[in-house]
Amino acid sequence: MKFVKTLAIAAVSAVGFATMVQAADIKPAVIYDMGGKFDKSFNEGVYNGVKKFTDETGIDVMEFEVTNETQREQAMRRMAERGATVILGVGFAQADAISKVAAEYPDKQFSIIDVSWLDAPNLRQYSFKEHEGSYLVGVAAALASETGKVGFVGGMDIPLIRKFACGYVGGVKAANGNADVYQNMTGTTPSAWNDPGKGAELAKSQIDRGADVVYHAAGGTGLGVIQAAADAGKLAIGVDSNQNGLAPGSVLTSMLKRVDVAAYETFKDAMEGKFTSGLQALGIAEGGVDWALDENNASLITADIKAAVEKARKDILSGAVTVHNYESTSSCPY
Amino acid sequence: MADLWMQFLLTLDATLRVATPLILCAMAGLFSERSGIIDISLEGKMLMAAFAAGTLAALTGSAIAGLAGAILVSVMFSLIHGFACITHKGNQVISGLAINILASGLTVTLGIAIFAKGGQTPMLSREARFSSIELPFAEAAGAIPVIGPIYKEIISGHNILVWCALIAVWITSFIIFKTAFGLRLRAVGEKPEAVDTAGISVSGLRYRAVIIAGILCGIAGAYLSVAHGAGFGREMTAGKGYIALAALIFGNWRPVPALAACLMFGFLDAVAARLQGVEVPVIGQIPTDLILVLPYVLTVILLAGFIGKATPPHAIGRPYVKER
Repeated sequence: MKFVKTLAIAAVSAVGFATMVQAADIKPAVIYDMGGKFDKSFNEGVYNGVKKFTDETGIDVMEFEVTNETQREQAMRRMAERGATVILGVGFAQADAISKVAAEYPDKQFSIIDVSWLDAPNLRQYSFKEHEGSYLVGVAAALASETGKVGFVGGMDIPLIRKFACGYVGGVKAANGNADVYQNMTGTTPSAWNDPGKGAELAKSQIDRGADVVYHAAGGTGLGVIQAAADAGKLAIGVDSNQNGLAPGSVLTSMLKRVDVAAYETFKDAMEGKFTSGLQALGIAEGGVDWALDENNASLITADIKAAVEKARKDILSGAVTVHNYESTSSCPY
Repeated sequence: MADLWMQFLLTLDATLRVATPLILCAMAGLFSERSGIIDISLEGKMLMAAFAAGTLAALTGSAIAGLAGAILVSVMFSLIHGFACITHKGNQVISGLAINILASGLTVTLGIAIFAKGGQTPMLSREARFSSIELPFAEAAGAIPVIGPIYKEIISGHNILVWCALIAVWITSFIIFKTAFGLRLRAVGEKPEAVDTAGISVSGLRYRAVIIAGILCGIAGAYLSVAHGAGFGREMTAGKGYIALAALIFGNWRPVPALAACLMFGFLDAVAARLQGVEVPVIGQIPTDLILVLPYVLTVILLAGFIGKATPPHAIGRPYVKER
């Protein structure tokens, strides 16, 4: 009897195993970065894409949340050793780690978000046209401002953040040629992403000078920007994920960076055997960047603003407007 | 001209806001170091306190509960520091460093465990924070030219913890220089043998000093997460504890000069925020990096040229051993 039972279990598990292998020729893995997967921002966006993939295909994704800088490379290598076939790295901070590990495992597929400068035959890189999304919120900011003065608070002073700033200025000037844009960077070290106190002070200094809409591209520092704007009765613009709900009524809109699209695409393509290496640049046309409209900011977005932003969106899509990419020239013409 | 005057006043206003945690921490360090205990754990205690305040305020919806929790946690860490340095005569720098590292890891780990938001605590609503106090007649006084705005912008509109910090300086000064406890505290930092010979417990005095330091650090931490800010973020102290320590040395371990040093750091920070991207006559636009480095460069210059020799308490860093 016992023998039969064992046999039955073995048979069942063998069948189960066989179907599993059929459905899951791939074994995906994702390495979240420092914020953790519920950071209400960048990493959570990736998590949403991963979740969508798992819900649709039933394939589990191995996950790791990096909590200090030395873990990135270790975690990636461990995933590869544990049999992951496609590994997704989140954020430019993982660039060095992924380029090393990708070289060590040439038969596995790798993908990374926010990186464009690496080159490996088994590595796909996603970059976003943040300048296009920033242009849209810039148009909205200029029209929502009563003083004709708007602000921008960046995190760490790197070309990527200058790209946000430049696109934003472009949008503001397109909607109101006389508008003033105050720009501040929080710092030049990675701690600039996590200093909400400094973010609040920078936003206050801009508000003191007359700004009434402040856009942030500063990660955790930006929460201070949103709070300072809300305290002063002014407007903030969120970034990466939809941050409209962080202070309803005080966040004009958010510049959405659809990292979930990148995560979903990576695994989906790997599953369907369509994985390609090289660079994928996601802009408005590819659904990679956008502005956020929901019930939290419905009362702030007037018909005029909506029409103007939608027009700007169409112009970019049709090519009538080209938003300058700071990274291409290291300067901003606006 | 009126506009420039206004900008200057707003910068001074920002100075007070930025300097508040520095002032509280510098006073904390003053108590501890005057008793002979080096306290580089200001940073860690402040971070733990900020986390405790942010967490409790988020869970209970009360800023007072946050402040109380912050003080409690900070005092607990002070006692750990005291236990290592006073009771067990350990190395004070290493104990402080250990507390800083512990705080940096513990806050994030607990934060993820409690809120699952990557170490942040949720953003606090207005009710769960210490709000600004508008003093009476601020609006009316603001209309008076030149002098009116001073009252409206600088004196009015701060939260209670800013006032706490300023009062703390006065109280510290009083305790250290005008009371018997203060006299003994200074003595124990200079020559603990003498205090011991007089029949007063060196350990007891030093423990009291680190507890006071804990209370002040707790208030500083609470200021960061439930008064000035609206929630805890990982590593949100961003080196303020060390800057406060520098201000303390700057001020030669005396309360009022330390206050002045804190205000100077705060002022440079506030100016830096305002100078970025602004066209300055003759010079033109100043690069970001230069602005950000300004406070530190000035610190070096001022330390080298303007402040005389800093003389620390004589027995600082040395554990007291009764008999050799």
